[in-house]
Amino acid sequence: MTTPLIDAFDLHKSFGATRAVAGVSLRVAAGEIYGLVGPDGAGKTTVMRLLCGALRLDDGFAEIGGCDVRRQVERAREQIGYLAQRFALYEDLTVLENLRFFAETRGLPTQEWASRSQEILDFVGLAPFGDRRAGQLSGGMKQKLGLASALIHRPRVLLLDEPTTGVDPVTRQDFWRLIMPLLRSGDIAVLVSTPYMDEAMRCTRIGFMRGGHLISEGTPAELRHTLHGRIVELAGAPANLLVEQAQRDPAVETVERFGNRYHLRVVAGQTAAVVERLHTQIVAAGGQVELLRPIEPQLEDVFIALAESTAPDSSADVATRLYVTR
Amino acid sequence: MALLMANNLETVIHTENLTRRFGDFVAVDSLNLEVPAGQVLGYLGPNGSGKTTTIRMLLGLLHPSAGRATVLGYDVATQSEQVRAHTGYMSQKFALYGELTARENLIFYGGVYGVTAAARIDEMLDSLGLHDVRNQRVASLSTGWRQRLALATAIIHRPGLLFLDEPTSGVDPVARRAFWELIYELSAQGITIMVSTHYMDEAEYCTQVGIMRDGRLLALDEPARLKAALPGQVWEIYADPLLDALEIVEQIPLVTRAGLASDHLRAIVAEGGNADLLHTALAAQGVRILAITPGAPSMEDVFMALSG
Repeated sequence: MTTPLIDAFDLHKSFGATRAVAGVSLRVAAGEIYGLVGPDGAGKTTVMRLLCGALRLDDGFAEIGGCDVRRQVERAREQIGYLAQRFALYEDLTVLENLRFFAETRGLPTQEWASRSQEILDFVGLAPFGDRRAGQLSGGMKQKLGLASALIHRPRVLLLDEPTTGVDPVTRQDFWRLIMPLLRSGDIAVLVSTPYMDEAMRCTRIGFMRGGHLISEGTPAELRHTLHGRIVELAGAPANLLVEQAQRDPAVETVERFGNRYHLRVVAGQTAAVVERLHTQIVAAGGQVELLRPIEPQLEDVFIALAESTAPDSSADVATRLYVTR
Repeated sequence: MALLMANNLETVIHTENLTRRFGDFVAVDSLNLEVPAGQVLGYLGPNGSGKTTTIRMLLGLLHPSAGRATVLGYDVATQSEQVRAHTGYMSQKFALYGELTARENLIFYGGVYGVTAAARIDEMLDSLGLHDVRNQRVASLSTGWRQRLALATAIIHRPGLLFLDEPTSGVDPVARRAFWELIYELSAQGITIMVSTHYMDEAEYCTQVGIMRDGRLLALDEPARLKAALPGQVWEIYADPLLDALEIVEQIPLVTRAGLASDHLRAIVAEGGNADLLHTALAAQGVRILAITPGAPSMEDVFMALSG
């Protein structure tokens, strides 16, 4: 890897007795987009806030573009664009006034801000709305203004904390079409957290966090490969019977609904046996099998497996229990 | 539910030209909605398309500007107290007391609805898997637990109809799955559910899906039928560089829609076109094609086609 723009080593942060981040190391190079995924409370937001200097590290070391976030926090911040989950816009100020405010606080030279504002508004598609009050913008436009504010000072590192949560699919699509060209230039590094697995699939690398630790890391293909040969797809009727029979099979670890199909996670090496056995079982119990075959794992299969692996009390247990008691 | 049986209702939500204006802005425009008992109705649409305004009118919290609506047989304009007594509501921003324990929150909300029996409180804690955290202060609970508790407070009074307004916004995939299992469980108990969401995979789990845009209901049907009705053929395009490919595909006249889908593109080609069209256009511009395969229409395709 070329010199990473984000270089974090053994980050630690506790809030009282809660170890929010417990030894996270990650590196993101220019041109990369790194996706941070994991259950709620895993520590994703805390990592972002440590990297931008909004929170002080208890221990560990982080550099942004070669600047130490502890010793050179101002210089590190100048290189960061940060879009928080709930980003702050001044609703009474116009779009341009908001941008000017962010430009000034992020150290963009005064003589540059007008031309840069126009440029960034063109980029996010808000150029016609420069004089509109932020409070009068639609949700999607506010989000674009949030991104424009984060980018106004030409940061080399972009930290996006669940930027598309609570946003409709059209706006989500628009947002990604703004992020992806930034990577084309090859000199920006992006760290993004997301609850959407389809967005994580777009990242060059993904890190999975759980309980303050980074427990798995790799390209989307590498992560999916960790469950290679262990996912079986099932469709048919009636649904309850399918689930019941699948859960009864000793080699089936989990049964999860994916649209109108089910994904069964199977003990390694047992796929063929499960497919054969389950078909017979379902038919014998009076059910119909439309589809029963091994498939390539999706990222969501991997997410489910990783979320469970270290969380015996995870919500998935409750779901399973509800299935059984139905 | 007992209530439904007592009233023998077949239609739980009925609206006739239900309209709400805010000044010149028409938030909900002549909505005609008919929701039979037992449905899980997914209510989709871009931000600002009128979903929450609809729910607020159906809860009797917001007066319609025109038209009328009945919920569980009660008129939302004239019988709003009965409406609220028999419906449950949970929004994306759960209203829970952080300083109270999970159980105390339930007792509080039970009191609001006149439910005071300890047995019902404990039944709710058990059936929603909240027993182990019942004595923890809500402020110390994770989003997933709080979400489940918020649901418990919304159904403590055994409503016949439950409104869920983006209940899973910002929740991780595993917690979302668990939450949907709870929705099915409630549905199996006979509660009719109207749920708004931005997650298209959740839309697939609904028995009916309505899609709103600019205050108007553009479509209302079963997910499978909505998908079957989507004109054209879906193609999945794996290419490099992806953005260049997207810009090229968008320019093809027979392509009705193109967009990013996980690590590749999806394009809908209208009748009369085929995959050769895509191959030719991409190859002509020097984009490397890794694969172009036919795809099945998804709810996201339907949503984008109607509201994109």
